Amino acid sequence: MKRDLDPALGAAADASATTPMVRFRNVTKRYGALTVLDGLDLDVARNEKVAIIGPSGSGKSTLLRVLMTLDPLTDGVIDVDGEPLTHEMRGGKLVPASPRHVRQVRSKIGMVFQSFNLFPHMSALANVIEAPMSVLGLSKKEATERGRDLLSMVGLSEKCDHYPSQLSGGQQQRVAIARALAMRPKIMLFDEVTSALDPELCGEVLTVIRRLGEEHNLTMLMVTHQMGFAKDFADRVCFFSQGKIIEQAPPQQFFSAPQHERTRQFLRAVTEAL
Amino acid sequence: MTSLGQLFDVKYALHILPELARAATYTIGITLVGFAIALVLGLVLAIMRRSEFAPLARTTAFFIEFIRSTPLLIQVYVLFYVAPLYGFTMSALTAGTLGIAVHYACYVSEVYRAGLNGVARGQWEASCALSLSPWRTYTGVVLPQAIRPVIPALGNYLVAMFKDTPVLSAITVVELMQQAKNIGSETFRYLEPITMTGIFFLIISVTFASGVRHLERRVRLP
Repeated sequence: MKRDLDPALGAAADASATTPMVRFRNVTKRYGALTVLDGLDLDVARNEKVAIIGPSGSGKSTLLRVLMTLDPLTDGVIDVDGEPLTHEMRGGKLVPASPRHVRQVRSKIGMVFQSFNLFPHMSALANVIEAPMSVLGLSKKEATERGRDLLSMVGLSEKCDHYPSQLSGGQQQRVAIARALAMRPKIMLFDEVTSALDPELCGEVLTVIRRLGEEHNLTMLMVTHQMGFAKDFADRVCFFSQGKIIEQAPPQQFFSAPQHERTRQFLRAVTEAL
Repeated sequence: MTSLGQLFDVKYALHILPELARAATYTIGITLVGFAIALVLGLVLAIMRRSEFAPLARTTAFFIEFIRSTPLLIQVYVLFYVAPLYGFTMSALTAGTLGIAVHYACYVSEVYRAGLNGVARGQWEASCALSLSPWRTYTGVVLPQAIRPVIPALGNYLVAMFKDTPVLSAITVVELMQQAKNIGSETFRYLEPITMTGIFFLIISVTFASGVRHLERRVRLP
């Protein structure tokens, strides 16, 4: 039996088990004349692991960024756990939501970045307990307890007092994962989390993500170039090109029998590079 | 030796030392209070200038440029001699401290701006992803990273501000330099008070600078 990060969540999650955890409805994102996401529709089920692959500039990172509200949407709606993320229902109409509402819905989402983005002036532990203390209002003692648990879960219990500059890339990324988990999210976004790491350190980060997926109830969206990882970890692979999902399928089917020419072309190029 | 003794009367110098020392503490007080105000106000200005609300950002930018581009002397004149005509009456000390504080706040705000621009975008994004409030994002994440590298530049302005305090003598504030001139005009001996004032400025400036260096070392990250 998998565990929720927050034990109190279990019962509530069962009740709404049928609504998708994340639902993109006609989501469009433009930067000036450039359309990065083009009327995208995508449902992600509870605890589903979705790998997002595609050529660079195809909008895959933007998909995560708009979900994390780092970039505003040009058009469309994203529902998180059955609730609109950047909008709220008022008088039967969808209107742009208050920052407070956005923060509340967003707190169900955690994100890990390609460049780690740890706070360099804080120790590993301080990085992890910052948000639980200042956002969730945990006492320093409670937060530290949670922080130490998470750091030992990612195999860094010895490194609590180290600063990011004293850690390897792989260790920094594992701290970043622990930091995101400390908010007990239901959804985790991984944005090319191993792209800045050399192959040796890559493995330790992927192992942590794999373990997370196996042991906890988490919905995961990951943008990745690690085809091997996508193949044996994801429940579904989405192939992005020019702001659209061209093809999506369970990994076995996706990698063995891709339907679209563009997908085949991409997969050929990726395999040749290996 | 004798010629120097005639030129610089050590006994007289020691005699006026207490008066000058008193004026020096006054000057240090103006500097420290003024700089404390400048540090806070400068930060507020820097953040306002970055506002997404364009009218606020533009007004702030205009204010900063206006103050930076006009002489401190005129600003303190206006505060002390002109403002009372419109009902704002202040003591010379208050007007002087406020004037020099606002003047340097504008310089300091540009230093902060450089520091803020130097904080990686990823830090803002990580704060957003963790749902930190705007207040916590600034105080907990961005400012500690923005201020560390600009401490030397801020220290520069502390010393510059200290050395600008003689300007306040124009509005009757008896700071160190004015005290020296007063002593000189009473006794017609200028060499000793002016020399000693110079030494006071030197010692105090060096002390400020080494204090800043000490602070810099203390907050350095591993």
